[in-house]
Amino acid sequence: MAMDTADETIVGRGNADGARLFREWFAGLTAAAEAGRGSAYVFVMGSLAELLRTFDFPIVFPEINSLQTAVRRVAHEYLNEAEDHGYSPDICGYVKADVATQLRGGVLPMGRIPKPSIAVYTNACNTYIKWAEIWERMYKVPVVTLDVPGSRAAGGQTWPGDRDFENDRAYVLAQLKELIPVLERVSGVPFDIDRLREAMGHANTMNTMWKRVLELNAARPSVFNALSDGTIFLGVANGFRGAPEGAQYFTDLVEEMEYKSAHGIGTLTDERYRLLFIGVPCYPIFRRFTEMFTELGGTFVGSTYLQFASGGANLGFTYDLDRPLESLAEGLLIGVRDAMDNMFFQTDILVKMVDDLGADGLVYHPIKSCRTVSTGLADNRRALMAARDIPSLFIESDMMDRRVVSEAQLKNRIDAFFEGLASRRAQATLRDT
Amino acid sequence: MAYAAGVDVGSTQTKAVIVDEGRRIVSRSLTMTGANVIRAAEEAFQEALRSGDLREEEVEYVVGTGYGRYKVTFGNTQVTEISCHGRGAVHMFPQTRTVVDMGGQDTKAIRVAPTGEIVDFCMNDKCAAGTGRFLGAASSALDIPLDELGPTALRGQRPVKISTTCTVFAESEVLSWLGKGKKIEDILLGVHQSIAGRSTGLLRRVGLEEEITFTGGVAKNVAMIETLQHSLGLKVNVSDDSHYMGALGAALFALDHILTARHPAKTG
Repeated sequence: MAMDTADETIVGRGNADGARLFREWFAGLTAAAEAGRGSAYVFVMGSLAELLRTFDFPIVFPEINSLQTAVRRVAHEYLNEAEDHGYSPDICGYVKADVATQLRGGVLPMGRIPKPSIAVYTNACNTYIKWAEIWERMYKVPVVTLDVPGSRAAGGQTWPGDRDFENDRAYVLAQLKELIPVLERVSGVPFDIDRLREAMGHANTMNTMWKRVLELNAARPSVFNALSDGTIFLGVANGFRGAPEGAQYFTDLVEEMEYKSAHGIGTLTDERYRLLFIGVPCYPIFRRFTEMFTELGGTFVGSTYLQFASGGANLGFTYDLDRPLESLAEGLLIGVRDAMDNMFFQTDILVKMVDDLGADGLVYHPIKSCRTVSTGLADNRRALMAARDIPSLFIESDMMDRRVVSEAQLKNRIDAFFEGLASRRAQATLRDT
Repeated sequence: MAYAAGVDVGSTQTKAVIVDEGRRIVSRSLTMTGANVIRAAEEAFQEALRSGDLREEEVEYVVGTGYGRYKVTFGNTQVTEISCHGRGAVHMFPQTRTVVDMGGQDTKAIRVAPTGEIVDFCMNDKCAAGTGRFLGAASSALDIPLDELGPTALRGQRPVKISTTCTVFAESEVLSWLGKGKKIEDILLGVHQSIAGRSTGLLRRVGLEEEITFTGGVAKNVAMIETLQHSLGLKVNVSDDSHYMGALGAALFALDHILTARHPAKTG
């Protein structure tokens, strides 16, 4: 059936624009590297990109650079190089690919990244801190750790107005006030609070729209695959946070998803099972991994990855632009906390996702080279199964290292999971009749 | 009379089972898988036909299972061995709620509902520790045929502690115990206890529930049954056809297909 004009214009625009923005981003980074400019190195959980942009730093996300080497099937070259340099096979694959990238002068398949002038990050991941110390040793640049208190107590978080929350906010705000003079010194650009308001306004639009995009996947059929399409959206959410392009992209994306929802346009022609993904994707066989589910009629309607790796932007938090620094501290506190809860205490979050998105099953995907996100998943799965009678699959591989990705073993388990889903549905049908 | 077949192409051996409409096993066969997986599947199926004195056209539906299930080119469909072992075990022992299947490269713990539906499963990941291959390594290191490992191990009195979790390194550990003058039966008992311990861990992860049925080629090993029961503190069901449980489950799924096609409303 021929698509009508609106279909052709809108459907698939998010993926195409996302790919274009990625190319433009890396073209910009390559130009900065060629010009010998420095940059700000940040991580996805609490990047503060909206603040760093106001100092004209090109923003580099080493996690995104590393995963791109896996998607482009050259990660093993980078991992081997770092291991030859002395890094253990057991540590984070993202770190090792970045070490090799630095040893190669910033050369990546997508372009070249500039050296850091500064690294700014939170304690959301313990590895962030040790990772940044590598750059500190390599380049003698300042590295700034923001200590963001996370309650890490599912259902027990404090909120604005609570005494503990206000203490935490004051603590984060004080660190931001210490950070700003460092950014001024390193960049040579004076702090401009109106530029910050403007960037935070763009982040507000993005946060609001990102939350809406995630909610729109409650549609039947679902309007995007949270693993394949969602990861493209996530890249833009990180790389263009606080930028007008990012705000526009997500405004357009909401329009696309609303259009698909209204017209019943899904990601699959035959959506039989709606699944949730928990963990980090298997980037070495990224497309094939998703296909092993979609070819059996399964699509991912939600993913904790889109929540924790967007630094909590999924909550739709909007900054109060009348008090930007206080609000920035609040947003960082809530976002990073939610990111950590999505990794460590996701049971309540998943129960809500199962209900809101109408999920038929869950796929837990611990990865060998990230204990932070993987430790505890087996216990979390047991807790979820106690809370909800819903099938789940537990499969392990890696986000970077193809040496621990066994497609045959994954396929076997995935096939068995779908057999269980089919059998369960058949039993339910028999009971209903 | 309609017949249905299941062909289980495992990493080491290929098994075929043919059942009749009464879900009775009519014939079974076993062959080494080797390098030519397609030929192994065909040979096993043809041997089962000969053994049951059946013609190919009398078998209405064939289900392939095991790692080589997609290489059962004459099969009508494929079902994973996880579902097939669960189905076969519940057929043989209807009170089965947990299945432990030890094969050449895999050990699986499978929890099943009373209906035979798979509730949950877990397997060894990317490593053959705790599988039949572990016994193969010991057999090779000690130069004892596989089928003599169990009886020899049961003579052990003071089992050694096998510390390695790697099948490749297990061989060198066995040799080092020999070098220390340990008796072969004590080393072998230690090897069996090591595998039983790992399998018990898998079973506990999947949520151990009685009755437990032990399937797969390793279930032929008397010492493995003994050490597994000791490790679990529970009795396990073992069928003489434990080796064929995956192929039996596949054949039963094939029979379901035949019966459903005949009486869709009745069989659901």
